[in-house]
Amino acid sequence: MSNITQAYQRFSGSQKFRKKFSVALRLIIALLLIAFAIFPVLWMISATFDNSNSLAASSLIPTQPGTKNFLRLFNKDPEFRFGDLNYWVWLWNSIKVSGITTILTLSLTTMAAYAFSRLRFKGRKLTLKAILLIQVFPNLLALVSIYVIVFQIGDIIPALGLNTHAGLIMVYLGGAMGMNIWLMKGFLDTVPRAIDESGMVDGASNFRIFWSLLLPLIRPILVVIGILSFIGTYGDFLMARVLLTDVQKYTLMVGLQIFTAGQFDQKWGVFAAGALIGALPIMITYLALQDQIAGGLTSGAVKE
Amino acid sequence: MAKASGKNKIEAASESIYSRIIRYILIAFFDAAAIWFIYQALSRGFDQIVFIVAIITLAINVIFILPKAYPFRWMAIGLAFLLMFTVYPIILTFYVAFTNYGDGHLLTKEQALPLIEKITYLPEGAPTYKWTAYKSTDGKYALWLVDPEGNSFLGKQDETIIPALPGDPGIGEADSRGIPVSLEGYEKISILAAATDKNLSNIIFGMAGEAVVQITSPTTAAALDQRFIYDAVSDSFTDQSNGAIYNNVVGTYTTYDGKTITPGFRAGVGWKNFKDFLTSPTLRGPLVTILIWNFIFPLVSVVSTFALGLTIAIMYNDKDFPLKKIIRTLLLIPYTIPSVITILIWRGMFSPQFGIINRTLEAWIGWAPAWTTEPFWARVAVLLVNLWLGFPYMMLITSGALQSIPADLYEAATVDGATGWKRFTKITLPLLLVAVGPLLIASYIFNFNNFGIIYLFIGGGPPILGASTQAGYTDILISYVYNLAFQSGGRGVQYGLASAITLILFIIVGSITLIQYRFTNMWEEVSENV
Repeated sequence: MSNITQAYQRFSGSQKFRKKFSVALRLIIALLLIAFAIFPVLWMISATFDNSNSLAASSLIPTQPGTKNFLRLFNKDPEFRFGDLNYWVWLWNSIKVSGITTILTLSLTTMAAYAFSRLRFKGRKLTLKAILLIQVFPNLLALVSIYVIVFQIGDIIPALGLNTHAGLIMVYLGGAMGMNIWLMKGFLDTVPRAIDESGMVDGASNFRIFWSLLLPLIRPILVVIGILSFIGTYGDFLMARVLLTDVQKYTLMVGLQIFTAGQFDQKWGVFAAGALIGALPIMITYLALQDQIAGGLTSGAVKE
Repeated sequence: MAKASGKNKIEAASESIYSRIIRYILIAFFDAAAIWFIYQALSRGFDQIVFIVAIITLAINVIFILPKAYPFRWMAIGLAFLLMFTVYPIILTFYVAFTNYGDGHLLTKEQALPLIEKITYLPEGAPTYKWTAYKSTDGKYALWLVDPEGNSFLGKQDETIIPALPGDPGIGEADSRGIPVSLEGYEKISILAAATDKNLSNIIFGMAGEAVVQITSPTTAAALDQRFIYDAVSDSFTDQSNGAIYNNVVGTYTTYDGKTITPGFRAGVGWKNFKDFLTSPTLRGPLVTILIWNFIFPLVSVVSTFALGLTIAIMYNDKDFPLKKIIRTLLLIPYTIPSVITILIWRGMFSPQFGIINRTLEAWIGWAPAWTTEPFWARVAVLLVNLWLGFPYMMLITSGALQSIPADLYEAATVDGATGWKRFTKITLPLLLVAVGPLLIASYIFNFNNFGIIYLFIGGGPPILGASTQAGYTDILISYVYNLAFQSGGRGVQYGLASAITLILFIIVGSITLIQYRFTNMWEEVSENV
């Protein structure tokens, strides 16, 4: 260390050395940070490919390398049985619920945002302000009331009640509507009005202008909001936990939690395999689209 | 402005006759469904939901019938969902917070009274019978009863007890003791089997509300009487077994010495739920602990993630820094995995017995914190995991904001002789905070309600001893609400208490969000914006 200090002092006049030293130091720190960031992920991967299935025996390099955990995850290992394990069902439930929620959110919010951005009508500002004010209370806070509401709806229409995906999707829609309308209106506002006017001159209807002129222009942002909405719904735990009671109806996030019940340390490898499969698609999507997503995240508040 | 609204009217008016017919048919269908729903809700005593559904239905009708309301057709469905699942829950929370809604009080009064009237007791000197049991293939029971005078009766579950004789229709011939050998659809059970059948002695034979009979010993059954008689004038019940009077005390029929009848019913209790939290030490103590931690946890989380994220953003901000793209991507990984998954992985790694963290610490320094049982270390663990979860987001937003700080500001500062640290505190930090301030507040609010990490990582534990409802040292308000409403511990689910806490949450989160709005000028934007 003292050597480095002396060397540093000797060459401190040299701009080039100072720069190199600083880069080297920062690279070392980067290594430490990366170790911190990816350690749990490596841990998950190594546990996935370790047949021991035990938390106590887990290590960074698998002691019994193999792919048995995947067999166990799908109940194909005769020596490992875990009653309520329905991995494929959960994964499919998650994809179904998130997919439908995303498509409906996008269609409903884009249409609403179009009206706010392009049409002028009495009550427009008032409605916009009201939506903004309502967002002060995120609907997940009212989880007790939502539970009661969905219970009552389900008592009348069982297909929309507790323990149904339709009920869960409705709650997600109600919660996402406000902020997404705002976001989407912001994007639509950036599209020049000259484009609509050219359509109006041709006598196109509002719907035609919306569908054929504006939608194609905002498609990139639709994709980003769609992906963020999908990932957000896919990762939701609280609402799904409260509203879904039957193991067959669980989404993946709720399903993974049941591993922690009882002897978590004896199901560690199976859990890791399930976690890995559940995480990979989202991880890859994020990393592939990181620039667009970062843009979408900050555009709400950071003004250039 | 005038031109645009003129177009709206033209748009609505120029509609073809077919689409108009279809529109009216759809409205008619919607109305029919809504009216049916309202009728069903009223018959079940769901009065509150009727209001909101009626309002939505009315609004939909106005919007889709009046040409003037045309622009709202673009948003009607979206706003309906917003009303139903964001606005209505808020209103309902206010309502429920002032009721006793919860276990024992789930029903309306109209639903609860008949249930209470069905409660029975065994009066002294009640008529007794000798019994013989029969069982059907689908597990139903029937009793053949003979009273001391030798009259025989047939009792089935949920059917009126009727006088009967062997050989009647559906009843088999008498055996040597005068008991029918079989009943239609039922098989006689031997005395031994009947004596060991655990279900049998719990079953009440006969129609509830009429004469009913229950088995009281291996040989005798007795007639039960209705225990509580209702008096509508004084709204009270009289206990027939001892003459005690149960008066209606906000939804619970209670005697003077505090005995109660279950079930009670839903009733307004005024400020009771709030008073309970102020006056009962076993509720107040945990709530104060939870409240303080609920403010500290998001604060430390935001500050720590922001500090680490910003440090990283600044360190690797140079355009030509080697491997910049790879470093950034790898550091982003925690953000790219659904947090439920990573929280559970951290839970495994922090496991006191088997986790890698404690195994390593034990091996290196011979000591490891008790992450799950010591309140202090539990909180440290939660904060560490949340730092891991949150710093990449801060890195993303701060590095974005760093780009937007004009480079000539730094040049000017350097000319003026400002050092690196001074440039950071006088230029970078203030400008950055202006840019990402609203996002930091949003992050604070997110963590204020970060149910996932508290519940999944540690379940709110370690438990606070002496708390009358389930509460732990890492619990935050929302996980506490979850416990009150859905983890029926000793006291059962308590929607009323949970909603009272939710109101506290509303007030706190609402005020912070309003501060955030001031920051972002979103409010002014609406006013100025065309």
